[in-house]
Amino acid sequence: MSSAPAASGPGTPDLDIRSARKRYGAFAAVDDLSFQVRQGSFFSILGPSGCGKTTLLRMVAGFIEPDAGDIVIKGVSMRGVPPNKRPVNMVFQHLALFPMMNVGENIAYGLERRGVKAFAAKAKVTDMLRRVGLPGSEGKRIDQLSGGQKQRVAIARSLVLEPALLLLDEPLGALDLKLREHMKVELKQLQAEVGTTFVYITHDQSEALVMSDQVAVMNHGRFEQMGTPQALYYQPQTAFVAGFVGNNNRFEGSIELRNGEQVLLRTASGLALWAQRVGTLDVGQAASLFIRPEAIEIGRSPRELPAGAPAWSATVQSVLFDGGNSTVMVLEDKSQTPLHIALPLTGRLADLNIGEGVHFAYQPAQAWCFKA
Amino acid sequence: MNAVAAHRRWMLALLLAPALLWLVGLVILPHVELLVLSLQARVGPGQYAASLDQYRTFVEEPLYWNTFVRTAVMSVLATALTLLMAFPAAWYIAKVARGRLKMVLLVLCLLPFWVSEMVRTLGWLILLRETGVVSGLLQAVGLANQPVELLYHDATILVGLVYASLLFMVIPLVNSLESLDDSLIEAAYDLGGSTANIVRRIVIPHAAPGIAAGCIVVFMLCLGNYLTPTLLGGKNSLWFTEQIYTQFITRFNWNQGAAFGFLLLFLSSLLVWAGLKLTGQRFGAVMKT
Repeated sequence: MSSAPAASGPGTPDLDIRSARKRYGAFAAVDDLSFQVRQGSFFSILGPSGCGKTTLLRMVAGFIEPDAGDIVIKGVSMRGVPPNKRPVNMVFQHLALFPMMNVGENIAYGLERRGVKAFAAKAKVTDMLRRVGLPGSEGKRIDQLSGGQKQRVAIARSLVLEPALLLLDEPLGALDLKLREHMKVELKQLQAEVGTTFVYITHDQSEALVMSDQVAVMNHGRFEQMGTPQALYYQPQTAFVAGFVGNNNRFEGSIELRNGEQVLLRTASGLALWAQRVGTLDVGQAASLFIRPEAIEIGRSPRELPAGAPAWSATVQSVLFDGGNSTVMVLEDKSQTPLHIALPLTGRLADLNIGEGVHFAYQPAQAWCFKA
Repeated sequence: MNAVAAHRRWMLALLLAPALLWLVGLVILPHVELLVLSLQARVGPGQYAASLDQYRTFVEEPLYWNTFVRTAVMSVLATALTLLMAFPAAWYIAKVARGRLKMVLLVLCLLPFWVSEMVRTLGWLILLRETGVVSGLLQAVGLANQPVELLYHDATILVGLVYASLLFMVIPLVNSLESLDDSLIEAAYDLGGSTANIVRRIVIPHAAPGIAAGCIVVFMLCLGNYLTPTLLGGKNSLWFTEQIYTQFITRFNWNQGAAFGFLLLFLSSLLVWAGLKLTGQRFGAVMKT
């Protein structure tokens, strides 16, 4: 359901950005950007800090006017519409709950502004608190809540207004790791339950991959690639996406051979690697090659590796134990090139020692080469 | 262990000594003396007896009463006006101005206070008297065809009081507004709040301790001000501090003056207490700003 962009979705897209642009002097925060967000989807914008994602989100919320282009929400142009008149609500990075009001008053604030009668607002607040798993907390003060509870109140405060779009500005950033993992799952469930379109910005790729239907990777004010989390991970279309989404081994060099869609890259230190080319890459061009740590097979002897693929021998430099994400750093013997290789989850190589000799191999179809 | 604790205690006592001496010697002792004086009446040459005569005089003499109430009302009015004028300025300094401009604006607020209060008030005299600058200007542009006397009105006293106390309102307001997270305002705006509503529901509740602190300081300053009402209001000013001055200096009736002093202290404490109660502020929170 998440492979096709908004065009095939039912009705008009909830958010339609048309050539939006915002410059600060010579710096283009958002550079002629167009995209659509399908109704009811969880859409993430993933990018490093300074890539323009916050500017983009604040343009949608109405705090920043675009220099050019248009922002259309549910088919209505938002040009000249102030934030308090837009059918979108935002969950702020530091949540921005009102400390001078209790939980119930926080959630009722937006309803009161719309002129909802007190008893109707009260019923809605009660219902909303139940939906976010905090029934009966109306009377609590904000400073009595834990980090996760604050999060839920902030989301409840926005969702109670039934916005066309809920904008989320890295709201999990302030939480500790354990809670963040938990909130990721919770947020995705909540979104599926309420069916509101979520636009989520983050620099944390794991947040984007776990929660989203669609992810856009943003860099220098433009989208590098937009697609499902799987597409971004397995078919990166630019070197930036390959390097930013997930862990990757990166090699620089020039193309020595081409065989159909596969190219052979030789690094300055002499290591020769086959990979799938992306775009029009040909012999003689400078290129970057990416292989994921988990795409590399590792074994103590060459017999443990799948037959047929080229194999290399290497020496273990360091073992980075991290449970299911454990990797080893090895130096390829001939070229002394460092590589990260994921350890098998079976624990087969858990006793690997520094200085030990190992062998590794990979499928060229799982490596990607981009024009440098 | 014990020796260290004893040493610490001595150090603390030593460090607190100047403040305590100042407090006891210059604040508490004179007030006790004044209290005793106010509760005495002269029964013969050089003879005094305990009595409530001084306070009775205050209650029975309408002039004193009126002056007392008038001083309180005018001070409250001046405080309210100062708050109204200081709030936008403080908002601009705390939330709009950035970097250098912010510093320059704060210094501009402070600058008049490098000149003594006397000189500043005399400056108002030069501006406002019948042959003064404003009067001359009004005649020059044809808005008046004879010299205008702008001094000796209640409004003039208010102008002087507001001018003298603006800084003491701006500083606590700037402090409390600076600590207001901008994203709270944005969040309220995002949730559909209008500007007026955001000011009422978010900004003012957040700045309340600062507002209260500023109001207390300004109110006390106005109530206890002597120079501004006397110079700008002239004989009509009817300020309670003038009554105290008259009793002490002109009439040499220290007992009456002391009673008036205590009544003023009582009045200011009462009004500050009432103000805090009315706005639901706690004194501790207010003093922190």
